Amino acid sequence: MGALLSIENLSVAYWTAEGWLPAVREVDLAVQAGEVVGIAGESGCGKSTLASTVLRLQPADARVSGEVLVDGEDVLSMRWGQLRALRWAKASIVFQGALHSLNPVHRVGDQIAEPILLHEPDVGRDEADERVGDLLEQVGLPRTRSRAYPHQLSGGQRQRVMVAMALACRPRLVIADEPTTALDVMVQAQILDLLSQLVRELGVGMVIISHDLSVLADVCDRVAVMYAGRIVETARAEDLFGSPLHPYSAALSDAFPRIGDPAARYAPSGLAGDPPDLRDLPAGCSFRPRCPRAVAECAQQEPPLVEIVAGRSAACIRVGEP
Amino acid sequence: MTTQDRAAPPPAGRLTARQVTRQRRSASLRRTWRLFRRNRSGLLGLAILAGFVFVALAAPLLADPNGLEVTKATGGVLEAPSGRFLLGTDDNGRSVLTLLIWGTRVSLLVGLLATAISMVIGTLLGLMSGFFEGWPAAALFRLTEWFLVIPFLPLAIVLASVLGRSLLNIAIVIGVTSWPGTALLIRSQTLSIKERPYLERARVLGAGRWRQMTRHVLPNVMPMVFANTTLTVAIAILSETTLSFLGLGDPTRVSWGSMLESAFSVGAMTTGAWWFIVPPGVCVVLVVLSFTLVGQALEEIFNPRLRRR
Amino acid sequence: MSEPPLLEARGVCVDFTTRAGATARALDGVDLTVERGEVVALVGESGSGKTTLARAFMGLQRPTAGEVRLQGQPMDYSGRALRRFRRQVQMILQDAAGSLNPRQTVYESVAEGLRLHRVVASDPEGRTEADVVAGALADSGLRPPDRFFLRYPHELSGGQQQRVLIAGALALRPQLLIADEPVSSLDASIRGEILALLLRLRDALGVGVLVVTHDLGLAWNIADRIAVMYLGRVVETGRIEEVLEAPKHPYTRALLSVVPEMDRLEPEVLTGEIPDPTRIPGGCRFHPRCPRLADGTAERAGVADDCLGTPLEVLPASGAHQAACHLAAVLSRSAPRLVD
Repeated sequence: MGALLSIENLSVAYWTAEGWLPAVREVDLAVQAGEVVGIAGESGCGKSTLASTVLRLQPADARVSGEVLVDGEDVLSMRWGQLRALRWAKASIVFQGALHSLNPVHRVGDQIAEPILLHEPDVGRDEADERVGDLLEQVGLPRTRSRAYPHQLSGGQRQRVMVAMALACRPRLVIADEPTTALDVMVQAQILDLLSQLVRELGVGMVIISHDLSVLADVCDRVAVMYAGRIVETARAEDLFGSPLHPYSAALSDAFPRIGDPAARYAPSGLAGDPPDLRDLPAGCSFRPRCPRAVAECAQQEPPLVEIVAGRSAACIRVGEP
Repeated sequence: MTTQDRAAPPPAGRLTARQVTRQRRSASLRRTWRLFRRNRSGLLGLAILAGFVFVALAAPLLADPNGLEVTKATGGVLEAPSGRFLLGTDDNGRSVLTLLIWGTRVSLLVGLLATAISMVIGTLLGLMSGFFEGWPAAALFRLTEWFLVIPFLPLAIVLASVLGRSLLNIAIVIGVTSWPGTALLIRSQTLSIKERPYLERARVLGAGRWRQMTRHVLPNVMPMVFANTTLTVAIAILSETTLSFLGLGDPTRVSWGSMLESAFSVGAMTTGAWWFIVPPGVCVVLVVLSFTLVGQALEEIFNPRLRRR
Repeated sequence: MSEPPLLEARGVCVDFTTRAGATARALDGVDLTVERGEVVALVGESGSGKTTLARAFMGLQRPTAGEVRLQGQPMDYSGRALRRFRRQVQMILQDAAGSLNPRQTVYESVAEGLRLHRVVASDPEGRTEADVVAGALADSGLRPPDRFFLRYPHELSGGQQQRVLIAGALALRPQLLIADEPVSSLDASIRGEILALLLRLRDALGVGVLVVTHDLGLAWNIADRIAVMYLGRVVETGRIEEVLEAPKHPYTRALLSVVPEMDRLEPEVLTGEIPDPTRIPGGCRFHPRCPRLADGTAERAGVADDCLGTPLEVLPASGAHQAACHLAAVLSRSAPRLVD
């Protein structure tokens, strides 16, 4: 059967007033059942576009090429009915900003039950309520909270409801887009714990998207780093955080210092400059203008993502040099 | 987001504050015009409007003012359109076209004047009732609501008969009765802008209330005021027509409303003298439409939520 | 006789009335000082009162009790005095994008403070307004400055917007800069540059910096001292190395343990969230969530009753490493560390 999610050579471009904007460029990614894969990158690097394309939630006028297989089925060429069955039942998404993704005038229990009643016609109201209660317990909320309205919940509780909602139809793949952004550190830790525990217990495949590499390092098995629409490095999470290969991953990793490391005292590290305009990418490696290790050769062509050691790839011609 | 310089090219050497401000203003005007040009219906409205403004300004060149005087009328009573009188004549034998051209002046003038009055009152009260807190704001808000629920026509009729029938009074009557809508709009805008972080920043920098209001709130509500103005002009012109039609207009001036009124009172409708009714009616509709089109286009430009896509 | 601290909070309390009519105590007696040329990190979760304290320091929030002092002088809340005060103390607000008036150019945003305080007229070197604006932009890392004069906020990246705000505050040559979550809305790669800029300002201009943040890594990166807040009180304070390498308060320790790559501490995820400030728990305000009370450590040390019933003193604003915790008090008498 192969991977649960398999993305091959995916490119997505949006039409804007200033021309086509390539948000995702030639991305390959695979997620196995029971595996947590992180996608890291800054705003505008294409990570959210990548996530929404997996469920074909990208804008209708976007230009998409390549292949996205969820459980062996081709998402991009699917008919509308199949697509509806795919969303929720096979793959679901936890959006960022739980406050805005929940409808303020409905009880959270009804909102969790909605996809169940919609996708599983043979499930009655009572059974659905029963399952909502189970789901709430699964995400660490009391069953009785199903009667609450979103505004009666704290930020962390709302995010738990979002997770329960994503699990409602027992999907095999869960995509979490910035699941902990805007949450406090302690609540963030609670949600991350919850997500890892669910993956262990339910054996689902999970994709977590975040701008914060340190969040991913903790919960993911593998992490892919994106820059300007491309994956520039993939590696096991601890390798990526401990010894990044690509200079961009290194910069991201250094941005969050190790507390207690004397070298980081009074020495915050960062990159000069801003991410490139995707409509007007620099020639060669798109990271070149900000790269501390750039050489003249980098301007010649966009370096391909090549496997450096087993399970580790990077798109940089200087990787492996002494 | 963009890395290239979108504004005017960086000038060599240093700039004085005034030069910077001037450049900034012209850049913002140019940007507004660039967006406006993309809006077809807005451009159509602007073209119609320009036509009427031209007619109003050039009235003395287009039609002899003597044609307005009953004693110097040369045509017959309610003559149908002909080569001599393109739009026929009225009950006094005056050319309807001449009346229409001079009426444009009065209608536009009253419309703009009334709008100016309404805007000043509405913006001022809206801004204050939104910006201040406690009882002064509550009192201003009540006043606005009170004016909003008073039926327009009876109030206008009472005011017009108290103040007397003149052009200026008609404008005042319309202005004084039509500001609450503007005030409410400005108030809600002000309330939302008041909570923006840049007002907090202004306070942190040491700005007092006056400066916060004039430098930060006002410039940010102005575009809405501006867009609203064009819509109010349309309403004011309609109101002027209504009041004149009811015989409350300036009896010494010809406006589209007073034309309609005399057409009605001489029974142009029943005698089939359509040329006396249709042209002023069409003019009112066209001017109102053009202001509305321009207003909507401006609103779309200034309200970023509508500008998306 | 020692010089009074640059900025000082003495027993500052701030109450809010909630819609339901209850009184929420956002700050419940805070003593804190910031000295010239010092970087102090004020750390806590949302609801800890850290932003309220920053606003009280800025005179944007009037304390219900206690006072804020600048160079030993209690703050005067009259309009003119506040304006004078704000020439000395400046603040960078949390939301960089929203803090710039969308209809003002970069030039005008930076010049605003100069005009308000008539800085240019009294410039010792006789510089023009454009010179001062250009200087502040260049100091903040926007070079060449006149390329940015006519830009509008929406034409700038997040990092550039933050720099414009810093330039606007800097143009007034303040003695103290309060930065509320200066990098939380910025991308990771930009973060280091902005933090480095704050450090450079301290070194080059001697500006004191109070940085309000939830991010302990940031504090480790740039701060000299740290104050950890919980539910309206400072619960632990001291030099960065002391507090972050050997935390005394269980709350600080828990915060540290959930920083993702802190491998040397076993993660201690606290349950629940900060309680509602209308109902501050009695005794130690942290006791309902305290892992040391829950696992019986406090019981064994014989302070469990104190934790539940005896309120703690407000920590005085001295430079020493101290924590508002009954258990820590006992342990420091017997053993030097809480970390086992």
